[in-house]
Amino acid sequence: MSQDVILKAEGLRREFVTQKPLFGKPTVVRAVDGVTLSILQGETFAIVGESGCGKSTLARLLVRLIEPTAGSVWYEGDDIARLDPRALRDLRKDLQFIFQDPLSSLNPQMTVGALIEEPLITHGIGDKVQRRARVADLLSRVGLIPTHADRYPHEFSGGQRQRIGIARALATGPRLIIGDEPVSALDVSIQAQVVNILEDLKEAFGLTLVVIAHDLAVIRHMADRVAVMYLGEIVELARAEDLFTAPQHPYTATLLAAIPIARVGSRRESARVGPRQERAQLDGDLPNPTAPPPGCRFHTRCPHAQARCSTERPALRDLGGRQVACHFAETLELTGLDGADAARSPATTARFALYRAARAQEDGTAVADKTDSTTEETRT
Amino acid sequence: MKSDTPLLDVRDLSIRVAGVKPLLVDGISFALDPGQTLCIVGESGCGKSLTSLALMGLLQTPPLSITGGTARFAGRDLLTMTRQELGHVRGDRMAMIFQEPMSSLNPALKIGEQIAEAVRRHKGVGRDAARARALQMLERVRIPAAARRLDAYPHELSGGMRQRVMIAMALANDPELLIADEPTTALDVTIQAQILDLMRELQAETGAAMILITHDLGVVAEMADQVAVMYAGRIVEKGPVAQIFDDPQHPYTIGLMSSMPSLGARADRLVTIPGVVPQAADMPAGCRFASRCPFRSGICDTVPPLSSVGNGHDVACFHAPLEQAPRPKAVSA
Repeated sequence: MSQDVILKAEGLRREFVTQKPLFGKPTVVRAVDGVTLSILQGETFAIVGESGCGKSTLARLLVRLIEPTAGSVWYEGDDIARLDPRALRDLRKDLQFIFQDPLSSLNPQMTVGALIEEPLITHGIGDKVQRRARVADLLSRVGLIPTHADRYPHEFSGGQRQRIGIARALATGPRLIIGDEPVSALDVSIQAQVVNILEDLKEAFGLTLVVIAHDLAVIRHMADRVAVMYLGEIVELARAEDLFTAPQHPYTATLLAAIPIARVGSRRESARVGPRQERAQLDGDLPNPTAPPPGCRFHTRCPHAQARCSTERPALRDLGGRQVACHFAETLELTGLDGADAARSPATTARFALYRAARAQEDGTAVADKTDSTTEETRT
Repeated sequence: MKSDTPLLDVRDLSIRVAGVKPLLVDGISFALDPGQTLCIVGESGCGKSLTSLALMGLLQTPPLSITGGTARFAGRDLLTMTRQELGHVRGDRMAMIFQEPMSSLNPALKIGEQIAEAVRRHKGVGRDAARARALQMLERVRIPAAARRLDAYPHELSGGMRQRVMIAMALANDPELLIADEPTTALDVTIQAQILDLMRELQAETGAAMILITHDLGVVAEMADQVAVMYAGRIVEKGPVAQIFDDPQHPYTIGLMSSMPSLGARADRLVTIPGVVPQAADMPAGCRFASRCPFRSGICDTVPPLSSVGNGHDVACFHAPLEQAPRPKAVSA
């Protein structure tokens, strides 16, 4: 992976008016409040956080689906707010978006073929014959079959619709794709298929992926680097490995402690006998984002908060290869997830190996998941 | 520690929908002892929610109908009770929590009144006593400023708080059985952890048995004593939670587990289950998982019985244990 920055955000802020009385001051929420980050060419960058943390707003700001209140986004060295219409059109070609619910982002009156062809027409790519061929190619890339082009979105299952959304995003030959919760509406087995497809396509086209998600296991699997957001701010940004095994922000540790782990005993003992500190302390809801707490926004829920935290807002600081917004990041001893939490019994490991082998054999090749693609039956 | 008669004993429960021949829930059986938690796990359309609705008498009939089976709860068959009898049991001796509290709370009624209503209906107590109970329950589910929240409307509460209200309402009459259908699926992960901890604590206090319906194997590992894995209307594997996670037998269970990204060191590609669940009308006659199973063979055209592999662990697969399964060789499906 080269270390070139492909997309950069500086001091990004976006306010929304949530309530506007006839007289007096409107209520304003800063959905994204001063975010600075750089996304590197070819990496998978994840943005994680709970509802209302601003992650979806940030995603939309990054590709200028919405305009920032302050701050700027730079793509390949150009400020995307200052692009002329023609350059903006080229930008749209390069930066594509995948939505959580594909059904609501696919026009139900258009066939799948027309939906995938539409961006090609918009950008004047190819003639009719070439576009047809491209649609067929894209469909097979995401594991659908070319005859699916004549059907309508409602005829497909949720997983297939997400594949259609991915094919449409790929149509213009983008360099960067942002997925806003691209797999969270899907069942586990279907989610795994789509995750594999995204990773295959990333590899095949040399894409940069930005994934917004709340499912930390998916992020652990996909991401190279992770930014954790809380109430509009990034509180920690680190390599996935570092973030999961050794979090340095208490909120990151809280999130990790809250994940239910699919292994008997890994959580229940601690939860039943004496909860971990992070887990015990996470009582309470997210504060109201229109009136975030002063000082560190997490201090109202933080098990390690001290007096300073309620008055002085911590900046996102460089801390040896990662960035953390906590006054006490150096001294806190936080617990992450080590491999043992996820370790499987010998019998389970053996069964997994058998299953994997049988699947590979069934597929006939090492390309273990070609069938992910082709065996899905269309709904009728 | 099985008592002689389980609190709930479901046998051969079958549910069908008008116009479709294959059963949506096909002869499932399970039992639950007092104080125990049974997790029913499976993906969309596996029949896990239909099962719970059938037990509560909440199936939409028609088009759905129960075509067979019994569900004995404290000795009486829930499936043959009259509406009136069921009305006495439901909300009193057994209660249900749904995924989306907003759709099961009355938006026009203060939450205190809603809880009090449930108490008055079944316990025949006066208005004041019922309100006192409502307050006590809100405190028990640790809603901050509970006295003030009695007069709040559902829309004034956050998702996590609403789910606490649902739990308070469900537990207000000290039910012996609680059925929770994806109670934390709509919640953020930190709120989910709070609610799961709360449910576990309250269960330990009250000794209620619980059926927890979920698609999340992480939640199962944290909460369950017993697990039933459902696929396309059938239980394909069931047993004590440690058996299911440490010695999974059914290819679907294994495929589901391997589809989940690990939280440990970054792994290779996920090993997936190919394809999708067949539509109800196209259900294969034999093993319903066969079309997606890498171990399938000719014998899978017949329905595999749920048979014991020891340790209270049952599996419905001809090829279990898989170590002895024939190697599939370019099987023709």
